[in-house]
Amino acid sequence: MAETETPSMMERLQAIDRRWIFLFIMLAVVIPLAFDLTIDEVATPEVQAIYDRIEELPPGSNVLLPFDYGPESEPELQPMADSYVRHLCRRKQKLFFMCLWATGQAQTLKTVDHVLEQEFSDYSYGRDYVMLGFRPGGQGVIQVVVSDFRTLYQSDVEGTPIDEIPIMQNVKGLKDMDLILNISGGFPGLKEWIQFGGDRTGVPVAGGVTAVQAPLLYPYYPGQLSGIMGGLKAAAEYESLLIQGYSEAYGTDTERFAAIRRMGPQTLAHLVIILFLVVGNIAYFASRGSSREQRKSLEK
Amino acid sequence: MNEQTRRLLVVGAVGLVVLFALVWSALGQMEGFWVSGAGLGTWFAAFLTLSILSFLYDDNPFYRFAESLFIGVSAAYWMVQGIWQQLIPNMLGRLAPAFVNEHMAQVPLDVDPVDRSMALVQLVLGCLLLWRLAPKGTWIARWPLAVIVGWAAGTNLTRYLVSDFTKQVSPAMIPLVEPSQTAFLGIDWIGTLTALVTVFGLLAALIYFFFSVEHKGFLGQVSRGGIWILMITFGAAFGYTVMGRIALLVGRMEFLFVDWLQVIGP
Repeated sequence: MAETETPSMMERLQAIDRRWIFLFIMLAVVIPLAFDLTIDEVATPEVQAIYDRIEELPPGSNVLLPFDYGPESEPELQPMADSYVRHLCRRKQKLFFMCLWATGQAQTLKTVDHVLEQEFSDYSYGRDYVMLGFRPGGQGVIQVVVSDFRTLYQSDVEGTPIDEIPIMQNVKGLKDMDLILNISGGFPGLKEWIQFGGDRTGVPVAGGVTAVQAPLLYPYYPGQLSGIMGGLKAAAEYESLLIQGYSEAYGTDTERFAAIRRMGPQTLAHLVIILFLVVGNIAYFASRGSSREQRKSLEK
Repeated sequence: MNEQTRRLLVVGAVGLVVLFALVWSALGQMEGFWVSGAGLGTWFAAFLTLSILSFLYDDNPFYRFAESLFIGVSAAYWMVQGIWQQLIPNMLGRLAPAFVNEHMAQVPLDVDPVDRSMALVQLVLGCLLLWRLAPKGTWIARWPLAVIVGWAAGTNLTRYLVSDFTKQVSPAMIPLVEPSQTAFLGIDWIGTLTALVTVFGLLAALIYFFFSVEHKGFLGQVSRGGIWILMITFGAAFGYTVMGRIALLVGRMEFLFVDWLQVIGP
């Protein structure tokens, strides 16, 4: 009976069950969460540009906040939404929430309930902010609101007629906005706000997107896009800017900043992936080398 | 590992998680599902999360149940939002404002006649679109579809041409050398390198997609450079994708260990 050859260490490494990799990734995520591992963030120019743009706006400016995402991208985008609202409220801006995604309204409510109402009790609905809600139609909605919000928004999300809301008294269309700050989980999203909103009206557009979308949107920066935040890393950078800029409010209380908290697991998970890539490649090249040697010895 | 041992391991692992959750909850460490509606929601969300994650091990009925539920709930949610946020205030509210105001939602009673007639046109087009479901005359649905396609093509063509072409061409025409008064030889070396990579990378990628001339000699070399540029772009996009997916995993793990099991502090 022929003796079965036991696979070498390198061959075993190449044939490792993918479920072991999943387990390692899970551990790489859970352990930093348990030990609250965080990493200092330094803002990139694209993120700093958004922060600076908000800082430069005079108090009482109109900022449109289209929340075009849903729960599926919440871990990446909700920290951005919360940070924008925190920053805008600190600068006393007027906020106009709307969404091109049906799920965006629930996400808006999350930010309003957990950030705006909890931390900024002086902000009053109707006077300082309004939730216009969802309208279907994607970029078509943007096309319409460029000239007049009232064509599509007869009432706000609570059913109050638009003309009875004080904050809407001096607002007709998109041109009355000073900044469009979009958060996008896909289509329709930031790209459509650039094409149909910003480029058409000249109103500056900036925003945060999922990491998957980010490479497709970088070509618009800095010409058509005032700033861009791509994925969790950028969200953490923005949070660190807020902590630095408003240290009297956030200096000691960093628990509320979810993106910074999530960057620890993110970093460790990336290191595990890199480790597996390196080990996999070493195993591949080593086993290729040994099989070549075997072939040569057989030929001899 | 044979199939039976594998099944035993899975059942054992799931059993351990459930047992731990029940004991932990009974000890008052979690908001138990017998305490409040929110607690029940958290338990159900945890069950669905674990059902979806179970696909990493293998396909199974729990995964398929969670997947089907997700699709169904998403479709229903979008439909309900569409009805209450668009059809009722913007269509019915313009056609029969008094009725809508009395029975459904607050809308302005004073409707512009042009808006009302436009709403009527939209209603007719919408009904024609639904004609597709009728046993006869399905071709009628092509008319409103033609309006949708025509409108989308018209609006998208102009916007894409402006935003994705003309406005993208000018930023690509940049000086190849960035001057600097303080840097060595009066040149901002990083800025210059960025400009060179941008311009030559763009040209190389464009030449790769230029098929009217055979890619040989100098053109072949540049085209090969274009492939490298594309590969680096795909690599960056893939890196970003990994970051996005890990972020979602972190979100789910936070939910399981912080919100549900409460073994890790917020």
